[in-house]
Amino acid sequence: MKLFRILSRNINHAFKSVFRNLSLSLASIVCTTITLILVSIAVILTVNVNNFTKGLEEELTILVLMQKGTTEEQDMIAKDEISKIGNVVGENVVYKSKEQVRIETMQKSSDLKSIMETWTDETNPLKSEFIVPVKDIRDMKDTAEQIKEIENIELVNYGEDTVTKLVPIFDVIKKASIVIIGALIIVTVFLICNTIKLTIFARKNEIDIMRLVGVSNTVIRLPFVFEGLFLGIAGSIIPIAATIYGYILAYDNLNGFFVSNIIKLVPPLPFVLYNSLLLLGIGVIVGMLGSYRSVRRYLKI
Amino acid sequence: MKFIDIEHCYKIYKNGVTALADLTLKIDKGEFVFVIGTTGSGKSTLIKLLYREEKPTKGVVNVGGINVSKLRNGNVYKLRKKLGIVFQDFKLLPKLTVYENVAFGLENQGIKSKDIKPKVLLALERVGLKEKIRSFPNQLSGGEQQRVCIARAIVDEPKLLICDEPTGNLDPATSKEVMKVIDSINKNMGTTIIMATHDREIVNTMKKRVITIENGVLTHDEKKGKYIVDEVVQDSK
Ligand SMILES: Nc1ncnc2c1ncn2[C@@H]1O[C@H](COP(=O)(O)OP(=O)(O)OP(=O)(O)O)[C@@H](O)[C@H]1O
Ligand SMILES: [Mg+2]
Repeated sequence: MKLFRILSRNINHAFKSVFRNLSLSLASIVCTTITLILVSIAVILTVNVNNFTKGLEEELTILVLMQKGTTEEQDMIAKDEISKIGNVVGENVVYKSKEQVRIETMQKSSDLKSIMETWTDETNPLKSEFIVPVKDIRDMKDTAEQIKEIENIELVNYGEDTVTKLVPIFDVIKKASIVIIGALIIVTVFLICNTIKLTIFARKNEIDIMRLVGVSNTVIRLPFVFEGLFLGIAGSIIPIAATIYGYILAYDNLNGFFVSNIIKLVPPLPFVLYNSLLLLGIGVIVGMLGSYRSVRRYLKI
Repeated sequence: MKFIDIEHCYKIYKNGVTALADLTLKIDKGEFVFVIGTTGSGKSTLIKLLYREEKPTKGVVNVGGINVSKLRNGNVYKLRKKLGIVFQDFKLLPKLTVYENVAFGLENQGIKSKDIKPKVLLALERVGLKEKIRSFPNQLSGGEQQRVCIARAIVDEPKLLICDEPTGNLDPATSKEVMKVIDSINKNMGTTIIMATHDREIVNTMKKRVITIENGVLTHDEKKGKYIVDEVVQDSK
C-alpha cells in the first residue's frame, strides 16, 4: 500500500511534467516514434530476408555432371577434389553413379524403364553426378568455377544468378540500417535526457526540500524515471499500431509473397507480436536510458 | 555517548578554507543550545555536519546514535527523517498550501493521508497557524512563513530541531514570536534545539547554553551564556 501510494503520486507527477514541457516532450516522442518505425521496417526486412536466404541456402546446391563413360575410380578422384574446396561442405557431397542414376530414373518413369532395363554398365550412356552443398551462397559462382577446372567434369550447374546477386545487396542494406538506427537511438536518448533535465531544473526547489525532509533518493528519482518511461512508451504506440496493421494488410494484399513467387513473406502471426514487443522494449529502454542519464548528471543526490 | 557527540572534528573545504578546527562538542537530549560567532566563523558548517549536508574532513559526528560522518549518501534520508531543519530563507513551495507544505515530507514517504492529517494539524497548532491551513505562502507574513517551516520540521516529532538563523530575515518583534514557538517546542515536546544566530537580543534574554565559534574554533561554551562576540569578548575578560 505504501509503495502504491508513492508510485501513484510519482506517476501523477511524471504525467503532469510531460505536459508542462510539452514541446520538448513532443519532440522526444516524435523522435522515438520515427526511430521505432525505422526499427520496425528494418526488422521486417531483416527477418524476411533471413527467412528467404535461409531457404536459398537449403535449396541451392551445385549440380556437377561427369563426362560420359567415366569409371567409378575417376569419379572418386573428382569427388575428393570437389570436397577439398573451401566453400564446399565436404562430408555432404552426394555422389550418384551412372548406375544409380539409371535405377532412379527407371523408378520414376515407366516409359523409360523398358528402354533402360536393357542397358549394361558398358552401354549405359548416362553420366555420374554430384550434388554439392556450399557453405556460403555468396561465393557460389567462384566455387562453380573451381569445380569446372577439375578433370573429367563436363557440366557445372547452379541456382538462379539474379537471386544469388541479391544476397550481398541485402547484406549492405542490413548493415546500413543498423548504423542509421543506432544513430537515431542515440539521438532519441539525448532528447529524452534533455527533456528530463528541464523537469529536474524546474523542480529543483522541490527536490531540495525533499532531501531536507528525509525523502529517500529512490523516491526522489522515481518521477523522472517514470517520465522517461512515459516518453518511451508514448513513442512506441504509433510504430506498434503501424507494424501490426501495416504488415497484416501488406501480407494479405500480396498473398504472402513479395515481388515474385520466389520471395515468400514470413506469416504475420506471431511475428508482428514479437516485433511489437521488441519495439515496446526498445521504447522502454530508450526512455529509461534517457532518464537515467539525466538523473545521474543533473540530480546530484 | 551523548545525544549529539562531536569529537575532534575538522572541516576543510575543497578550496582550502578551514571552516572548523578540532571541534569537540557534546549535547544532551532536550537541551537548547545557541551557536554564535562572527560571519564566516563556521556556524553553518557545524550545522551542516549535523544533518550531513557536509562530511567532516576528520573526526566523528554522532547524532542520536547515528554515526553521521560515516553515513552513505543513499542513507542520508534515514537521518533526516529523524530531525527537523529550519533555515533563514523559508524554503516553502509556493504552489502548495500551508497544509500541503507541512504534509510534504510525510506524503513523499508514502504515509496514509488519514495518518498524515492529525500530525499536520497538531504541528500547525503548535506554531499557532491552525487557521491558515488553506493559505498559500505568499499570503503569509514572514513570521508566519517561518512558523510554517517550523511546523514542517516538527511534523514527525523529531528528537532534534536544527535552526540556522531562523530569525535572520525577521524584525525584532516577529523574531520574538518565532523564538517563543521554538522555546515551547523545546519545553513541551522535549525536542533538542540547536540554533545558529546573530541575534544578540534573543541570546541575552533567553539565557540558554551558548557556544561561541571563532575562526572555526570553539572558544566559549557557557551554561547560561551571553552574546559574547567581537568587542564583548574583550570586555568580559
Ligand atoms: N561550500 C563551501 N565551499 C568553500 N568554502 C565554504 C563553503 N561553505 C562555507 N565556506 C567557508 O567556510 C567558512 C565558514 O562558513 P560558514 O558558512 O560556516 O560561516 P557562518 O558562521 O555560518 O557565517 P554566517 O554568519 O555569515 O552565516 C567561511 O570562510 C566560508 O567562506
Ligand atoms: Mg551561516
